[in-house]
Amino acid sequence: MKSALRSGTNLDMLPRIFMAFLKIGPSTFGGGYAMLATIEREIVERRGWMDKEEMGDMVSIAGSAPGGVAVNSAAFVGYRLGGAIGALTAVVGIALPTAAIVLLLSLTYSAFRDNAKVEAALKGVHAAVVALILLAGWKMVRSSLFDTVTYALCAAALGLLLFTPLHSIWLIAGGPAVGMIVVAIRRMNKLDLRTEPVRRSDEPETMLPEYYI
Amino acid sequence: MLGELFVLFFKVGCMAFGGGYAAMSLIQREATSRGWIDSAQFREIGSLAGMAPGSIAANSATLIGYDRAGTAGALIATAGITLPSLILVAALAAFFVRVHDHPSVRALFYGLRPVVTALILYAAFHFGFGGSAGSGSLFAWQTLGMLLICGGCLLAIVRYKFHPFAVILLAAVAGIVIF
Repeated sequence: MKSALRSGTNLDMLPRIFMAFLKIGPSTFGGGYAMLATIEREIVERRGWMDKEEMGDMVSIAGSAPGGVAVNSAAFVGYRLGGAIGALTAVVGIALPTAAIVLLLSLTYSAFRDNAKVEAALKGVHAAVVALILLAGWKMVRSSLFDTVTYALCAAALGLLLFTPLHSIWLIAGGPAVGMIVVAIRRMNKLDLRTEPVRRSDEPETMLPEYYI
Repeated sequence: MLGELFVLFFKVGCMAFGGGYAAMSLIQREATSRGWIDSAQFREIGSLAGMAPGSIAANSATLIGYDRAGTAGALIATAGITLPSLILVAALAAFFVRVHDHPSVRALFYGLRPVVTALILYAAFHFGFGGSAGSGSLFAWQTLGMLLICGGCLLAIVRYKFHPFAVILLAAVAGIVIF
């Protein structure tokens, strides 16, 4: 059953993949996790297109690759079900509704932007979005900073961002380089090689990856 | 313009480790340094992008693309920021499903995650307050109002487990009352 679905370019699947992700798209509000729960319900439980283990692989890959968890998950599931075309179909399916919604929202705002109340409302939304970013940042602090090196790296990166015009590409390249060097040095000295925090079982929401949409 | 939009957002898409929030300050920097939008416009775009479902970075790309070149621009910018994820994830799904278990990859992410954390924290600061310090247009009470709403939102989500969308709607109402 599963191998039949995996056989690659099964064209009959494409409309079904598209519709499934079209439906999942609008639910991606509120962070990657809201969407992962929806994907699990729609793809694993309702349609039986993937099993729990593949879902775990999907979460790891979607969180590690650049880009949002939603689009990455769609690409993973789409690829598994229908090859490269399946991946494209799923991504278009998940991206279309959100692009349409944000455009509609923006056009509506433009039509009323001269209204002082609308402008004030958007300032409130701005503050709320800042709060959502802060919350994501705080969750990342708790899940990714756990030893001296990670704290120091985060502080150094934050300092460079705040006080120098350094482009963030250097941080994105430099962080992994430091990670590799530190792990190599620790291996040579036969030190503890922990690269992820110890998970506390009473806090299921702090699982890695703590990436947001 | 379409080519320029595609290339810029494709590059952003390649660097968007950690998802949309981490890429926000990169988009802000690239779009404002090209003179496409100013900080105030980016605040509007980011707020609208954060209100809609989906990735805040992809939504911002859609809006900046639309602002520069209409519907075609919106599509091109969205495609540009999404394509790197699509290509990379499809490749990973095909060949390297267990790549994240490899010790070297673990070492890479050991160093990358703290940087992503810094990028997200910086995005909150930069998107929240960037560009307002030098302009003098933002009065102290506006900043205070913003901090109040921001704090209220955090409390509502953390303490009272409000859904993010409910929080955004309440913040809009609070904005009308305060500003």
